[in-house]
Amino acid sequence: MDRTDHGAAGTVGEGGALVSAFVEARDVVLSFGETPALRGASLAVQRGEIVAIMGPSGSGKSTLLHCLAGILVPGSGEIWFDGQRVDALGETRRSTLRRDRFGFVFQFGQLVPELTAEENVALPLLLGGVRRGPALGRARTWFDRLDLKGLEGRRSGELSGGQAQRVALARAMVSEPEVLFADEPTGSLDSLTGEQVMNLLVDSAREQGTTVVLVTHEPRVAAYADREAMVRDGRVTVPAVEPVAS
Amino acid sequence: MSVPLTLLGLLEREPSHGYDLKRDYDTYFGRGRPLPFGQVYATLGRLARDGKVVMGEVGPGEGPDRKRYVITELGATEVRTWLSEPVEPEPHLQTVLFAKVVLTLMLGRPAEEYLDLQRAAHLRRMRELTEIKRGDSLVDGLLADHGLFHLEADLRWIELTTARLEQLAKAVRS
Repeated sequence: MDRTDHGAAGTVGEGGALVSAFVEARDVVLSFGETPALRGASLAVQRGEIVAIMGPSGSGKSTLLHCLAGILVPGSGEIWFDGQRVDALGETRRSTLRRDRFGFVFQFGQLVPELTAEENVALPLLLGGVRRGPALGRARTWFDRLDLKGLEGRRSGELSGGQAQRVALARAMVSEPEVLFADEPTGSLDSLTGEQVMNLLVDSAREQGTTVVLVTHEPRVAAYADREAMVRDGRVTVPAVEPVAS
Repeated sequence: MSVPLTLLGLLEREPSHGYDLKRDYDTYFGRGRPLPFGQVYATLGRLARDGKVVMGEVGPGEGPDRKRYVITELGATEVRTWLSEPVEPEPHLQTVLFAKVVLTLMLGRPAEEYLDLQRAAHLRRMRELTEIKRGDSLVDGLLADHGLFHLEADLRWIELTTARLEQLAKAVRS
């Protein structure tokens, strides 16, 4: 058999010791009405790893990300993060978890149009109780890092797609999340701009030791990850590594 | 890669010694397969015989590297023509990938597992090329991009084939 399920109780590390995963889905089942989206999906992600979740449209890859991030609660199965069971938490505690420990980048419509770019970046800090001055100060440091200098006062309508996505990345990273969930982060961008966003995403994540769960249907984007997991028909498969025949 | 035309192209920039031509060839086009000196001088000899280059002034010292080669009008015309012609598109209609999938299905074996392995191998290579792209050399990055786009095309084919395996199995077994 050439495929292994990455799931259940973590993975076997060096010396055969069991390494518990940092983020994990265990045998997750979720349906939207009568339509099954996940049919026993398991995925274990280690701390600091960048994992790409790939699969055809409608395979369940975004649903899996939403479950891992505590946005959706599975019908059965378990979601674990850093030793705690996320799916058993109430909405308020899951919301706090998302705000304090996770960052999010999506494909579209992430910025609040009424706010300036720097206010958008500062938003998670403001919601977390940081005062406006220090929050904006921390937000501004990201404008240099992500090559956005001079755009602090612009609103989302005054930014290009690539600039808006970098602002969204800054907002996701400003609170130094332990996990960054990115759903098709370059889906609306051209190849070159998408590449810049992915380089910045990977650099920022590596710098801060952030674990990244990345959903993409683009192999070129998945190639920035440490490894990939395939979702097909609501289940996760990870091909075993085998030597390439000459 | 046409070595004679590439050397001619390098010579169109400026007259050069064989050593300089080899260095530039290896830097931009060799990619781990340096051009042997013997091949450089043999090629230059043939280009001179065919009137596409001539020897320029001979510098001080000894050995073949004293000679500077200069492109002729004939050589320059050939380079211009070559650079303006499109490369033959290679549709790769008979790939090993295709043959393996069809044979696997003909033999009643599970092609999906093979395609999963192939996808993983492709993605592994794409990760290596992405690392090269993230390095400092734009030239290396550009070459890596070429590889990445070709691998991506294979992967799209793999995805489509995976989705059509049932139909394909019926077609090849009928």
